[in-house]
Parts: sequence; C-alpha cells; structure tokens
Amino acid sequence: MDDLLQEFIAETRETLEAISGEIIGWEAAPDDRARLDAIFRFVHTIKGSCGFLDLPRLTRLSHAAEDALSAVRDGRRAPDARLVTAILAIIDRIGEVVEAIDAGAALDDSGEDMLIAALDGAPPPGLIAIVDAADVVAPDHNAPAFRAAKRTVRLSVDLLDDMMSGVSDMVLARNQLARGLREQGDPRLEAMLERLTMTVDNLRDTVTRTRMQRIEMLFAPLPRLVRDVAAVVGKQVSLTIEGGDVELDREMIELLRDPLVHLVRNAIDHGIETMEARHAAGKPSAGVLKVSARQAGNLILIEIADDGAGIDTDRLVAKIGREQPHRQRQLAQLSDHDRAALVFEPGLSSRDEATSVSGRGVGMDVVKANVEQTGGRIQLLNRPGQGLTVSLEVPLTLAILNAVMVNAAGSRFALSRQVVEEIVAVDQSQVRVDRFGSSAMVVVRGQRLPLVNLERLLGRPESERLRLLAVVSVRAGRYALALDDVTDTQELVVKPAAPAVMRVGIFAGQMLPDDGQPLLLLDVAGIAERAGLSFEAVSEKAVEATAVEPVRALLFDDVDGVRRMIPADAVDRIERVGTTHVNLAAGTLWLTSDGRSVPVYDGAGAHRAEDVTTVLRLQLDDRELAYPVRTAIEIVPLPDELTPADAGAASGVALVDGRPVELLDPLRLLEAMGAAVGGERPLCLLHGGEGPWMEVFLRPTIEAAGYRAVRQLAPGEQARVALAMADDADPPVGTVIRLGRARGEGVYRYDRAALVAALQEMRA
Amino acid sequence: MSGESLHLVAHVGGCGVLIETARVDSVVDVDVLVPVPGTAPAVLGLAAMRSRVATVIDARRVLGLAPGAAPAPGPNARTRAVVTAVDGHLYAIAVDTLEDVARFEIEPMPAGLSAMSQVARGVAEGEGETLLALDLDRLIAAIDGPVNAKLTPGDANTSAPTNG
Repeated sequence: MDDLLQEFIAETRETLEAISGEIIGWEAAPDDRARLDAIFRFVHTIKGSCGFLDLPRLTRLSHAAEDALSAVRDGRRAPDARLVTAILAIIDRIGEVVEAIDAGAALDDSGEDMLIAALDGAPPPGLIAIVDAADVVAPDHNAPAFRAAKRTVRLSVDLLDDMMSGVSDMVLARNQLARGLREQGDPRLEAMLERLTMTVDNLRDTVTRTRMQRIEMLFAPLPRLVRDVAAVVGKQVSLTIEGGDVELDREMIELLRDPLVHLVRNAIDHGIETMEARHAAGKPSAGVLKVSARQAGNLILIEIADDGAGIDTDRLVAKIGREQPHRQRQLAQLSDHDRAALVFEPGLSSRDEATSVSGRGVGMDVVKANVEQTGGRIQLLNRPGQGLTVSLEVPLTLAILNAVMVNAAGSRFALSRQVVEEIVAVDQSQVRVDRFGSSAMVVVRGQRLPLVNLERLLGRPESERLRLLAVVSVRAGRYALALDDVTDTQELVVKPAAPAVMRVGIFAGQMLPDDGQPLLLLDVAGIAERAGLSFEAVSEKAVEATAVEPVRALLFDDVDGVRRMIPADAVDRIERVGTTHVNLAAGTLWLTSDGRSVPVYDGAGAHRAEDVTTVLRLQLDDRELAYPVRTAIEIVPLPDELTPADAGAASGVALVDGRPVELLDPLRLLEAMGAAVGGERPLCLLHGGEGPWMEVFLRPTIEAAGYRAVRQLAPGEQARVALAMADDADPPVGTVIRLGRARGEGVYRYDRAALVAALQEMRA
Repeated sequence: MSGESLHLVAHVGGCGVLIETARVDSVVDVDVLVPVPGTAPAVLGLAAMRSRVATVIDARRVLGLAPGAAPAPGPNARTRAVVTAVDGHLYAIAVDTLEDVARFEIEPMPAGLSAMSQVARGVAEGEGETLLALDLDRLIAAIDGPVNAKLTPGDANTSAPTNG
C-alpha cells in the first residue's frame, strides 16, 4: 500500500505540473472545451485513485469539483469566473494535501467546506477571496519544507529505450567479435570474451527488467478497492485474482491502472445485483468477481468477470434512442454483440444517477480509449442475467519471448514458444490432408485439426509436400500450421512493427536475433482469423462443459484382433515402427527408438518382431512402454458407465457404439513390464579408468543394444559383458569386449556398428 | 513555409525530391532485405540498422512513379535509403540517387495537383527542374495506397454510427 501511495503522490504531482498550464488557459478562455475536458479528467482520476487509497478528504474535494465540472460539460452551468476560481482553489488544495501526505505532515482541513460551498456559487465573492488567501498563499511558503525525499526515480521512457537499444547494439557487436575470435582460436581471448558475454547478458537482463513489472502491482489494490466499493453500495462481493506473476511493461501497467479500477468499480456498482435481487434470481448472496491475467502468445489477456446482471441492452438501446432519435433505425439493426458495445459510446451511463462510486459515464469510453492507446483491444462477453466478462487484450510491447525460429512460405519467421503445443514431423504415408473448398484439415494423432498453410494464406503457389506441422493454440482452439523447417530457438525481445507491416494481420511484432537479420513474429490468432477459422461455437460449448470434462480414450484394434481402448492421456504418441527397430532380447521384445530401448508389451500376443508394426508409446514419469496395436481407430469420450473387470491389463468394460470394449489400465501395463525392465535387462560394466569417458560416449549405444550400463556392480549383480580398454592392465573377469584406441586393436572405440554387433553377439 | 531550410536532394524514379534534413536520422545502404509477405507493394521489407529494425519503403511506389527496375530484395541489391522515424517506428525510404544537401525555400504546391499534395509539402526550384518537398508523415501514411481511398468498407460501417 505504501508503494501505491508513493506512486499516487508522484503521479499527481506530475499531472498537477502538466495541468497547471491548462488551468491557466481555462481561466483565460472558460469556453475552451478541450481544456475543460483535461481538467475534468484530472479530477476524475484523482477521485478514482484516492477512493481506493482511502483518502477521504481528497475524495470529497475531487468529487465536488467533478460535479461542478460535469454540470459545465453538460451545459447546465456556464463557466463563469467565480466557478473557475473555485475550481482552481480546489485543485490547489489537492496539491497541498498531496504534499502534506507525502511529508507525513498534518494539514488543517478548515476552509475545505467553504471551498466546496464556493463551487455552488452561494457565498459572496468576498468570502472566496478570503478562502483563497488563507489556503493558497499560506501553504505555499511551507510547500518546499513538506517535500520528503523520493525513494524512486522517475525516468523518461525514451532514456530507457536508448539504454535498451545500446545494450542490443552491444550484444550484436559481441556476437561479431565472438565469430571473429573463434576463427583465431586463441583460448586466452576466448576466456576474456566469455566474461564479456556474461556481463553483457546480465546487463541486458537488468535493463530489460527496468521496464518490466509483475502485474501484481496492478492487482494489489484490488482487494481493498472491492471491499470499500462493495461496502458503499451495500453488496457482498468475493474477489479472486489469478495470474499476478505475468510480467508487463511498466508503461503498460501505468496505462492499465485507471481502466482496471473503472472496470472493477463498474462490475460492483452496475454489474453485481443487490442481495435481494440475487436471491430472487437464485444466485448466492455474494457476487463473484474474478480478475485474471495471462499471457496468450504475444498478448496479455486481462479478464474482469462478474456473475451479475450483465448489460441490459434493451434499456441501453432505449436510452440512446431517446437521446438521439435520429439513430433509432440504425439501433434497431444492431446485433446483440453490437448492442452491448454501445456502452463504449462517449457520454453514456447506463445509470441515470451518478454515484460516488462509478461516476457518470466517463467510464467505458475512457476505458476503451486508454486500452486502445496501448495498442490493445477491449471485448465484452455479455450474458444477460448471468454476468459480464470484459477482456482487455494488450500487446506485449517489450516482452522477451522464447521464440521458435521456423521457415515457412519461403521466409524465416518466429513463433512464440508458448503457443506451440508441439511440432510434428510429417510422415507422408501417415498424414492425410482433406480439403473442403478453401479449408483443409489434417489428422494429427487421431485428432482432426484445421490446417493452415501460409503460402495459401498469402495467395502464393502452395508446395505439395507437407514436411512439418506446428500444432498451435489460440484462445479458443488449436490448429496446425504447415512449416518447412524449424531452425532454432532464441530468447528475443519483441517490438511492435510498423503499421504497414502490422496491417497484414498475421504478424505480432519484429525481432532482431543474434545474426542481425530482422525476424517477424507470427501472430497465430491473426493467422487463424485471416484463414477464416472460427472456434466460437466450440469454445462456448467448452465453457459449459468444463465441470464435466469427459476423460478421452483412444480406441484401437489390438494385435489379437480385439477392440480395446486406453485413456488417451497415457498415450504419448502413436508410432509406426519398422521391424528392424524391434529386437528380441532376454525373452522380451525391445523397440529401439531415438537411441533408447523401450520394452514392448507382449500380453496381447505380440511375440515376434514381425507382429509389431504400430505401437502406442506410453509414458508415465520416466517409465516407458510400447504397446503394439494393429490399428488406432479414434479418440472417443470415455463412457460414464464402466463395469469393473479384472482380466489381464483391463480395468473395466464400457459400451462403445453398442459393443463392449475393454479399457486398459496403463498403470497395470507398466507394472506388468516393470519386472522385465528392471531385472531382465543385462548389465554392461564399464571397467577401468576410462569408465567416465565410456559413460559419456558409449552409454546411448550400449543401452540401445538392450543393456543397462553401470560403472560399478552392486553386491550380487553380475555383468553379462564388460567393456575395457585394450591396454587395460587389469581387465575384469568374465566376458570382456576390448576397446582399441586405434583401428586394428580390439573393437575400435569409435566404431559404433562394430560395438553394437559385439554387444548383441554377447547377449544372444 | 517561411525562410529556407536544409534539405536532402534525391531522385526517385526520375523525379527530384527534397527531404528535410531535420527529419533524417541517417543515410544508409541497405544490402540485406527481409521480405514481409502480404504487405502493400511499397513495403520492400525489413532491414537491420544496427540494433534497430527499419521498414524499407519504395518511394517510387508510394509516389505512383514508374516502378522501373525495382531493386530485387536480396543480398546483392544495395539500395540507398534515407532513414527517418515516424510515430516511433523507423523507416528507410529507398531512393535511386542522393545528390546534395542544400537550403531551399519551399513554395506551395501549384493548384490542381491535389494528388501530389497528398504526400508533398510543396515544391522548390532546383537546377533546371522542380523538386517535390516530401511530407514524410503523409508519405508513410500513404503506403497502403492513395490516401483518400484508405477507408475500407468495414471501417466505413463502424465509424458511421459514432459520427451520427
């Protein structure tokens, strides 16, 4: 709270300085609407901020001034000199109170009533002059003494930007230097460069952090604000906050502070109903307000969701229709969504009376303007009678993103690592692309996904071959993006690109990777939009179904011809295997894949390598199993009705399409194989002083050959085979493969094929 | 338009143009261009200016001059460009040649050339030719095509009600 107060003081001081010109200008020309608006916004902001900082005196002063200014804005009152003087006196007073708060000094509040009364124009002008003299002149002498030492420094963003780009220049220069030095190969210079690299990296982090702040800063005052506002309007509200650890540009946080406060106030004052109304509607007496933040790709998404009455669009339309009769026809044609969006129109309040809480319609249009100033968007999800969700989507202006660098449509682009669920290498025979007019879909791991091809999207000739698919997630769904290649990942700073580039709609910003070639960040949401993908219907269903999210199961035909299923989450992937990758060792089939051996389940009758063509790769923690199947059919929701059964690896039987189907229990499968994995895998002892080297270089090869590599035998363990260097003077007993340091003596230590052959010979 | 001010004299598609030196960040030779698919043809691509990224603009396209032999984006096409910042974004405006820096007095655009005044502040007398003084802000705003045709049908729909 202390930090917030400090910030409020610094901010008010700054605005006061900035606005002093406006005030003087307004005094000279009271009809100047722009100046009036600026002053009005100032007092309105003060009122908003001090409401939740619990500064009742400032609230009272600013509220009074706002009332008077509002009357002038509405044309109910002429801005005569007396009013101007009274407003100025109040603004001066606000400045004094702020300085007093900062210095922790007491400030006599006498005269404030008179200041406020002066606004109504009631007292004779003479009195105003007296008040002026007493309250403005006297504290002026004291003001410098009140100022306490500031604990923070406020820097211009330009200065920080200069620092950022300076550091980025340094990183690029460092990279060039590194390339140059590598050619020279001087280890001493390289060590120095290493130190430079560390320093530069630290500096880059620090400089970036100067502009980043956790969104917690923005959320911290909310509990208090909610409590106070709810107390004023006599409602019960329970607040939940999520995602406070999302990091955001400080500048952005400043810009979002006011909109967020407005939205929360609105939600409590206008959205959530009175307790009686809630009871009548069958809702719990306490309203629920949920404020959350999360990073979705290149956006920060802030949602303010209440379970109140939502926006009464009929009343809204009726009100605007009354005030602006010429729009009746246009209003009548609006969709529900557009009708709700009418709340963003300037000068509108759905309440007819202004309250001390939410004000008078300066709300939503200002909120929208503020959010759009950040380059963001504001969206409403209005569910009449059930609540309103306001989403603020603000761009990551200065985020460091973990970027996946990809090639697509003949150019290099970046994807945010966060939106990429997986990258699937396409096996031509396994992936089928179905086209329906302009849209296409692809089946990835039993799931049909829309397929988006950048070349097609950009109206270029499409390449025939599909090499890689990136499964990317957007807010409401997932789709597959065709890629040519994935080259690298890097942590990169994202900056907004020029408007001409952003207008294409598929880019989220630009980056400069270490090689100094600009890189465009793809906006996966924009791509989905441009490709005409719509997840709306799907997402709404998902919202309703969240409570009873069904477990999904993969349906397949087993090697013995029986149709079975297994919980889909247990299946890491479905893999087609060549028979050469399956070997029999120690009575168990082993699948060699990515340099490791995985046991193959044989309970359903796969005893020969030829039986294994397609496997389900199961993975739980670090235990792995390959389950051979004939064909994988599809993913189905697991039926609610499950008859327990206890036969083999099955844990139950359920009806799928009218047929009873066994449901396999992945834990039992792994358990059944557990003994085989631990006990029957023969040991390979890495003997002698070269053990560590062997472990590093040969272990993958040894394990791929079906052994477990150890450097020391536990008591009672016996090695099937031992590896020792050919020149080892103290070879172990038993079967030994001698490794030579050069070709010709024993098995040459870098001859992988020979080593595998020797190991397999020993195992047979 | 009072008094003279310093301008760069450049040629674009055979036409002489003036660019206020006060707005010029630097003059560079762009050698590597990263294409931006899907943009207006006037956007040649992106180029790195040390640690910053500039959007390279083909001035000929924006001015509606003969595209001529457009520089092929690629490692060998060196394009001379004038770097400027507009609304916080860095742009490199590609020109054919860059000749001189001199003081010029800018005169108003002759009447009847409204199309040109969309991107120019006025004209000045050069050596045997009339030089067009570019308005960089409007030049950048005109990237997507003629300025007066900028409202898309969609924009027109949404903006009409609020004006009413």
